[in-house]
Amino acid sequence: MIPVELLLGLSTVLFFIGFFGFVTRRNLIAMLISIELVLNSVDINFAVFNRILHPGELEGFYFSLFSIGINAAETAVAIAIILNVYRRFHSDQVNSIENMKL
Amino acid sequence: MEYNFVFLILLLPALSFLVLGLAGMKMPHKVAGAIGTVVLGTIFCLSIYTAYEYFIGQGRGADGLYPHVTAFNLTWLKFSELLTFNLGFRLSPISVMMLVVITTVSLMVHIYSFGYMHGEKGFQRYYAYLSLFTMSMLGLVVATNIFQMYLFWELVGVSSYLLIGFYYPQGAAVAASKKAFIVTRFADLFFLIGILIYSFYVGTFNYDLHAMPTLHEQVAGAAVMLPVALFFMFIGGAGKSAMFPLHIWLPDAMEGPTPVSALIHAATMVVAGVFLVASLFPIFVEFAPEQLHWIAYIAAFTAFYAAAVACVQSDIKRVLAFSTISQIGFMLVALGVCLPDPHTGAVAMTEEYADVQGLGYMAGMFHLFTHAMFKACLFLGAGCIIHAVHSNEKEYMGGLRKYMPITHITFLISCLAIAGIPPFSGFFSKDEILVACYNFSPVMGAVMSGIAMMTAFYMFRLYYVIFWGKSYYETHINEGAHKPHEAPLTMTFPLIFLSIITITCGFLPFGELISANGIGFHTHINWTVAGTSVALAIIGIVAATLMYKNEETPVADKLAKTFPTLHRAAYKRFYMDEVWQYVTHRIIFRLISKPIAWFDRHVIDGTFDFLAWGSNEAGESIRPWQSGDVRHYAIWFLSGAVALTLVLLYML
Amino acid sequence: MANIIMFCILAVIIIGSAIVCVFTKRIMRAATFLLFVLFGVAGVYFLLDYTFLGTAQIAIYAGGLTMLYIFAIQLVSKRTLQGLQERQRGKTVVAGALVALLGLVTVGLVLLKNEFIDMSASMVDAEVPMSVIGEKLVGAGKYQYVLPFEFISVFLLACIIGGIMIARKEDKK
Repeated sequence: MIPVELLLGLSTVLFFIGFFGFVTRRNLIAMLISIELVLNSVDINFAVFNRILHPGELEGFYFSLFSIGINAAETAVAIAIILNVYRRFHSDQVNSIENMKL
Repeated sequence: MEYNFVFLILLLPALSFLVLGLAGMKMPHKVAGAIGTVVLGTIFCLSIYTAYEYFIGQGRGADGLYPHVTAFNLTWLKFSELLTFNLGFRLSPISVMMLVVITTVSLMVHIYSFGYMHGEKGFQRYYAYLSLFTMSMLGLVVATNIFQMYLFWELVGVSSYLLIGFYYPQGAAVAASKKAFIVTRFADLFFLIGILIYSFYVGTFNYDLHAMPTLHEQVAGAAVMLPVALFFMFIGGAGKSAMFPLHIWLPDAMEGPTPVSALIHAATMVVAGVFLVASLFPIFVEFAPEQLHWIAYIAAFTAFYAAAVACVQSDIKRVLAFSTISQIGFMLVALGVCLPDPHTGAVAMTEEYADVQGLGYMAGMFHLFTHAMFKACLFLGAGCIIHAVHSNEKEYMGGLRKYMPITHITFLISCLAIAGIPPFSGFFSKDEILVACYNFSPVMGAVMSGIAMMTAFYMFRLYYVIFWGKSYYETHINEGAHKPHEAPLTMTFPLIFLSIITITCGFLPFGELISANGIGFHTHINWTVAGTSVALAIIGIVAATLMYKNEETPVADKLAKTFPTLHRAAYKRFYMDEVWQYVTHRIIFRLISKPIAWFDRHVIDGTFDFLAWGSNEAGESIRPWQSGDVRHYAIWFLSGAVALTLVLLYML
Repeated sequence: MANIIMFCILAVIIIGSAIVCVFTKRIMRAATFLLFVLFGVAGVYFLLDYTFLGTAQIAIYAGGLTMLYIFAIQLVSKRTLQGLQERQRGKTVVAGALVALLGLVTVGLVLLKNEFIDMSASMVDAEVPMSVIGEKLVGAGKYQYVLPFEFISVFLLACIIGGIMIARKEDKK
């Protein structure tokens, strides 16, 4: 039996690694990858909590499942946007899209 | 008797003002003038009918008084059961009398203006203003309470401002209208304060305190503040009635068209202060007899001062203006010398009271009535003269009696009336005033008799200067001076009409109609006083005749040379304007207004400027926070979340 | 015990890959290490006896999304084929690291402080049957998920269309 602390600790570490990546990377795709890390850690949490608190039920399970599906959609749209940005600004750096700020 | 129609007296001139003011410029002059005059004629008839019904048709009530009829009364704002803003129409003996005075003079002025203002630019505007003024003045006198009076009081001030500034392309007219408005407005501030104090302590705006017994006790409770309130209200009246030292606007107001001077600055608006004191008379007598006597002293001084100045002015309208100030002084003196009944300390309901202690009330009102007629006649006559010679200055006058006979005769009648020569109306009213003054104190009576003599002197000086002496036309005929001519019928008719009233109205049994307590009494002439005053008036006239009748005026010139300082000071109105100028500019503006302006500009404005600047700076300085960089947002967001979590964990 | 050893291996893989993924300067390498992380997470699901979830993770993430990333990287920049060199600003790195560490400590504190961990000591070690998952996914009763399921299917459709709309080349007018 795996101690819960370890599982939650893993997801926490993963979350903050993802966060760190999000704030340090300048490339849009790299940032998106970092977001994937964050989302995965959250998915783990859902599954783990489901397993710990309500072993008989499957809420967390399904939440993770749908989350995976929605992640996929989100990533697809985000990549479409990134492609467009690249086409327009000929750069995939986040600070290239600065003319939308005041 | 139902007075259902009286609302027309206010409504018709208001409508006429609206029609002429909005559509007047599209009308020919004659149509606009006709509308104004017809409306005025209608309300003149209505007023005469009202007066007839009130005094004769309805008669006295069971208690021997003319009832105070409130024809209608709309509650506008209600603070408490008694403290309400009402708009209504109240008929009392003096308000009915004022209706007659105002509509008579106003109608005459409307007719006269046809000739006088003929071909003037803005003729329709002029008639619109006249209608507005008439409406406001009528509203003032029929007010059911002091607050309504104040409303119309301000309207009167505005229309006076508009009419004085009628010739607005001329700088002098603009300055005069501003001066009149500011001075009267300044006085009105005291009126308002007085009203507020009065309503605060008494709890009503009404005049009739005795009609409400509970209120009467409340008034007695406010015995300390009530005189203050009443005196403040009098200051407001003093502003409109040009009492010293607030008289400075009236001579300048002569920049307006002459018929306007006749209507506003001789007959109606300037007596508003007298009317105010008369309306509050029972309260004054009962609660503030001291203040009433102060009014008498102020008015007596004003009468003397104005008479002295009038003796040396060269502009004929200025002479008439100072004469008006002096005569209003007479009216207020008459009111001010009234005494409370020695037994009750208030207005007593006996005929004896009306005849002795309260005689001044009747005398003041009577003089108001007669003065309105003959002073309007004098002003309109002066208008005819100005029309004929195109100047106000006495150098251009002289010898006009041959050219303008009707004007000459009517002017002479009015001069005799104002001088107090029997059987003209001025004699009767002035005699009653002098009797009342002698009742009060012999000194006051003697002073007022002396001023009456001065009145006779300066009026006949004016008369001789205009109609006798060296004719400017004849001496300057070679230089192209044009021949003076008699005014057209539209202008002479009002003169004749008003002089007929002047001759006859002295015989009105005025004491039967209006008296201090409402009880009628038979007026009788005190021959000691009357004989003295007539003798003094004749002395004044003779002096004027000797000095000014002939072509050369050696005595007058010599006097002016002998006392150059005095003459010059009197000509300059004893430097009152300069004193005001000094007080306002050097003292008030420099010591009060400038610090206030500085405070306003630097402290108040500065505070708000600082707020605006601070917000702007704060915005500028936190603008970089909105970097548009999503990673910064993420850092801050997570920091906030962490901080919040820590707070929740350890603080709560 | 075997589970714990297994978990430790997975944890090392996940965290190590994630760190490399975040710190590598080459975008392609980051995508590759993301794939390892995703496999690791799928392994965790297997350990929790959520076999179906693990499978879905592999199928959708590892199979679908990583391909998407790789294609995007290749489409975006020719240079990225060789690996994109990024400059990193020191200040942001330090700030990000600080905040991340702070957050890590905070969450660790939360985990240690809370007691729900203790009350879940007895974890049922049992596989969730496939038929149950299937019935719940398309059932309309209580604790059954046909509505979110349908919703997500429509949502995915919308995303597909939206993605195409955004990414297609503009018509030449």
